[in-house]
Amino acid sequence: MSSTAARPRPKHLNLMQIRQPMPAIISIMHRISGAVLFLLIPLLLWLFQASLESVVTFAEFRGVVAHPLVKLVLIGLLWGYLHHLLAGLRHLFLDLDIGTELETARLTSIIVLSAGIVLTLAVGVALW
Amino acid sequence: MVNREVVGAHYGVRDWLAQRATAVIMLAYTLLVLMALVMLPKFDYWHWKALWQLQLMRYATLLFVIALLFHAWIGVRNIFMDYIKDAGVRLTLYVVVIFALIAYGTWTVQILWGK
Repeated sequence: MSSTAARPRPKHLNLMQIRQPMPAIISIMHRISGAVLFLLIPLLLWLFQASLESVVTFAEFRGVVAHPLVKLVLIGLLWGYLHHLLAGLRHLFLDLDIGTELETARLTSIIVLSAGIVLTLAVGVALW
Repeated sequence: MVNREVVGAHYGVRDWLAQRATAVIMLAYTLLVLMALVMLPKFDYWHWKALWQLQLMRYATLLFVIALLFHAWIGVRNIFMDYIKDAGVRLTLYVVVIFALIAYGTWTVQILWGK
């Protein structure tokens, strides 16, 4: 009896050692994308303002968003938005008790992740 | 009677609901903007300007931004509650975020209705 109690239990408290399940990956990406979106609100408002202020600032706006680095940031931001939106939609369904079984939850988290990437690539290629 | 609940069981329910209601508003707005972009005949200054002078777009955007600011507040505050242990630092961050969000809201109104 004491031998079973003394057996060392596996401990994987290091986040880098734990193999995270898909829903957990989706969950942390939801949080990270939300934080990044919040941080980049001023950039978007600045671009939006420039695009509407005058013909001159509109031309400047087009110049800025044509820069490859800015394009990359904006496409990254688009991915963040789409991922956050899709993961949030999945959340709403979970709240309605739809898709709460383990297998379904795994499947929908894979769908959320891939749909976000595919949509981003589609829009990204179209805009680039 | 004044409700003096500080950490009671009902504290989170309002936020939980608000987070979802604002999400649905933003989802609807996203679809609206997508539709507007697809229907925009030409992406030049005049067509773009005209689109955002529509009262529908202005008020829909205002509603979106209000929803966004509440949504961002709940989300960011939850992140701080999870990771920032020091109460003083956390409260300072709360204040910074609240001011930033109010500024963003004001800025949006200026962009949409200014001159």
